[in-house]
Amino acid sequence: MLFHICLVGIGGFFGAISRYVVTSYFQRKLQGKIPLGTLSVNLIGSFLLGYLLGKTESNELILFLGTGFMGAYTTFSTFNLEAVKLLASKEKTAGLIYIAATYAGGITLAFLGMLAGTIGKGV
Amino acid sequence: MNYVFIGIGGIVGSLLRYFLSLWTNHLWIHTFPYGTLVANLTGSFLLGIFTRVYSNNVKMNHRLVLSISTGAIGSYTTMSTFSTEMIKFVDKGEFGLAFLYFFISLTGGLAASWVGYFYTFRKVRT
Repeated sequence: MLFHICLVGIGGFFGAISRYVVTSYFQRKLQGKIPLGTLSVNLIGSFLLGYLLGKTESNELILFLGTGFMGAYTTFSTFNLEAVKLLASKEKTAGLIYIAATYAGGITLAFLGMLAGTIGKGV
Repeated sequence: MNYVFIGIGGIVGSLLRYFLSLWTNHLWIHTFPYGTLVANLTGSFLLGIFTRVYSNNVKMNHRLVLSISTGAIGSYTTMSTFSTEMIKFVDKGEFGLAFLYFFISLTGGLAASWVGYFYTFRKVRT
């Protein structure tokens, strides 16, 4: 149990820092109405978690990289707050596109990731 | 140095989410991801409140703000787990549960942020 707690905690430590680094980078590079920093971490993270779950059955690896790292790397709260701020402003269309892109993109990429992971399993 | 503060927040947020999922798995039948759902909705509400409070010019250490918002609350909620849980539902042919999970996350998440950010601790205009 204590080992599992450490795996999730250490994964969360690095996941949160990676989200901050990647989000800040994309927010600077790709400026626009839609918060592309958060969108990119959520899409990348959904693909990678799908890949991990397709590829491995190791409980320890899933706790460390999945529950810990990818769980912290992606975020639902920041996404919703940004979406609500856009919907309340004049940029309603941008808000709707952001919501649609996050859900459709996240679910599709999780599927593709799982598919890739399952195919790569034997390799 | 900001990184360490965000990382420590990340440990707290991830562990809270982990404990919540362990606890809800004990309470209810293991067919619905209550843990992720509860973490995502409460986290969206909390981030809304927290952002409102510090944008009301409450004096707060910048690193502490980053640690709580980006670190802890950001890590407490998750998009990747939600996405893969949706695929697992569809994979098992449980389309009704998939739709229910999607619908509650979509509307509940937006409503939680909206209420937290716009309807709590509003600054009284003078």
